[in-house]
Amino acid sequence: MRVNTTKFSLITFVVGAAVMAFAHWYKVDYLFFASYTILQFIVLATAWNILGGYCGYVNFGSAAFFAMGAYSSVALHKFDTLIDHWFSGGFAAFLHGVFPLSVPVLIVFGAIVSGIAGFGMGYLTLRLRGSFFAIATLALAVVLQTLVVNWEYVGGSRGAYIIRPESIEFAGVTINYIEYLFGLMLLLAIFSLVAARAIERSQLGFGFATIRDDELAAEACGVPTLRVKLIATTISGALMGMAGAPFPYYIGYLQPSSAFGLEYAVNSIAMPMIGGTTSWVGPLVGAILLGSAQQYATVSISSEVNLLIVGLMLVAFVIIAPNGLIGLVQGWRRAWRKP
Amino acid sequence: MSALLHADNVTKRFGGFIALDGINLEVQPGERLGLIGPNGSGKSTLVNCICGTLQNESGSVSFDGQLVDGLAAHERTHRGIARSFQLPRPFHSLSLTDNLRIPLLYTVHARIGPLRSHGDLNARCHELLEMVGLANKAKQLPRDLTQVEMRKLELARAMAAEPKLLIADESMAGLSHSEIDDILALLLRLNEAGITIILIEHIMSAVMRFSQRLAVLVSGKKVADGKPEDVVRDPEVVRAYLGQ
Repeated sequence: MRVNTTKFSLITFVVGAAVMAFAHWYKVDYLFFASYTILQFIVLATAWNILGGYCGYVNFGSAAFFAMGAYSSVALHKFDTLIDHWFSGGFAAFLHGVFPLSVPVLIVFGAIVSGIAGFGMGYLTLRLRGSFFAIATLALAVVLQTLVVNWEYVGGSRGAYIIRPESIEFAGVTINYIEYLFGLMLLLAIFSLVAARAIERSQLGFGFATIRDDELAAEACGVPTLRVKLIATTISGALMGMAGAPFPYYIGYLQPSSAFGLEYAVNSIAMPMIGGTTSWVGPLVGAILLGSAQQYATVSISSEVNLLIVGLMLVAFVIIAPNGLIGLVQGWRRAWRKP
Repeated sequence: MSALLHADNVTKRFGGFIALDGINLEVQPGERLGLIGPNGSGKSTLVNCICGTLQNESGSVSFDGQLVDGLAAHERTHRGIARSFQLPRPFHSLSLTDNLRIPLLYTVHARIGPLRSHGDLNARCHELLEMVGLANKAKQLPRDLTQVEMRKLELARAMAAEPKLLIADESMAGLSHSEIDDILALLLRLNEAGITIILIEHIMSAVMRFSQRLAVLVSGKKVADGKPEDVVRDPEVVRAYLGQ
C-alpha cells in the first residue's frame, strides 16, 4: 500500500496525539522526562540518518549541532536581561514586548543557526570522503566546544541556568511546563519523521542514494553532487539544532560538557545503525529501543551504564544484523517469499 | 565550425607525468569514432577531460558550439555528453529501474523543465530496459546481473540522459563473441537514431566493424586519425602496437 505524505503526516499526528493523551491521562512527570529524551533522540537519529544513512557521510559531530541549538536558546534567553543595559526608550520597550521568546520561536532559531553551521561544515569538509569527513566533523565538535567554554555571555565553562516556569497557559488551559516541552518534542519528532520519509521518496532522496553508492557515476548521470550534499548537511544540521533548542529549558542548567556530551554523538550514530539506515523507520525503531533501554538502565542500574548499553548493542548489531533491524526483517521477508 | 565535439590542444598532467599532450580531436554530429591505443596511452584520461571528471590544464574542449571548460561533470551531462564507465559503476542499492530513473530525474528534467508524472517516468525506464533487453529484471538489484547485463545497464543509463554524444569506454572488455555482437548491434542502433558515438575499445575486430573513423593515442599523443583501413596500416600505429 502506498501512503502519500499528507496521509502519513495525518497518521503520525494521530499516533502522536494518542501518545500525548495517554501521557496526559497517566500524569506522571517522570514519564514526560523520560519520553522527552527518547523523542529528542528520534529527532537526532533521524537527522543523523539524512546525512549518514541516505548519503553515506558519517557525522561524528552531532553533539555540536545539538549544542548549537541549545546554546542559541541560552543566548537569546539571556538577551532578555541585557536589553535595559544596551538599549533605552521605545526600542527597549519594543524588545521587552518581543522577549523572552517562546520555545517554538527558539526552535526556529536553533534550526537556523545549526542549519547554517551544517551548510558551512558541508562546504568546508565535503570534498573529504569516508573517514576523513568523519574526523573533520569530530574536530568541528571540539572546536565549537572550546569556543563555548570560553564564551562568557552564555556562561562559559560554569554553564548557564535557565529558570523554567512551573506551567504555561495554553488556550485557557494551564499545563505543566514539562508536559508542554514533551508536546513540542513530540511535534518535532513527527515533523522530522515526515520530512525524512518525504525526502526518501523524492528526487532529492534518489540523489542522496546515488551519493551513497557512487559519486562519480552520480555526476555522470547529471546529479549535482556537491549541491545535493550541501542540502543534506543543512537539513541534517537544522533538525539537530531543533532538537537542541528546547534542551536548556528541559534540563534547567546547561553546561558545555552536557550539551556536547559524548552520548549525543554516539547515540545519534548507534540508533540508526541498530534500526537500519536506509529508511526512516530505522532511526525511529532504534531510538525507541535504545532510548528506552537507556532510560530503564538509568533508573534501575546506574546512569553510567547508559553508554555501556549502547556500546554492547552496537557491537551485537554490527555482528548479527549489519543492516539493522530493518535489514534483518527485510531479509526474513525475502527468505519467506522464496521458500 | 560544425563539429559536435572539439578538443583543442588538450593537455593533462599528473604531477610530472604528461598523460595527454596537446590532443586535437574533432567529432562530427552523427559520427562513429573509434578511439584506440595501448594501455596507459591516455584514452580514459581524454574521456575524463571531455566529460568533466578531470579538468585539463591547458587547451579547451567545446561541445555543440560552446566551450565547456571549467564545467562540472553533471553540467556537461546536462549539455548532452553521456558516458559509460570502463568498469560498470551501477548504483548498488537501487533497482535497475531506479538506476535509470536518476538521469531522467536529474538530466532530462533539468533540460526540458517540468517534472514528468510518475507513470511517464516508469514507462520511460521500462522502454530503456527493453531496448537493452533487461526488462524482465527491472526490479532486481545490479548485483544480480551478469557482466554483459551490467554493461548493458551502463549503456542504458547513459542513454537515459538523452545525450547527443555517447562515450562508451570499453563496453566490451571481457565479453564473449556473441555478447560483443549484442553490444555492437545496440550501439549501431543508437547511432542510427542520431547519437554520435565515441567507442573506446581494445577488441580490434569490433572497433573495425563499428568505426567510420579511427583515432589512435600513444603515450598521450595522437599519432593517427583517419579511415580505419588506413590507420591500421600506418607505420607509427603498427610500431606502437607491435614494437619495432
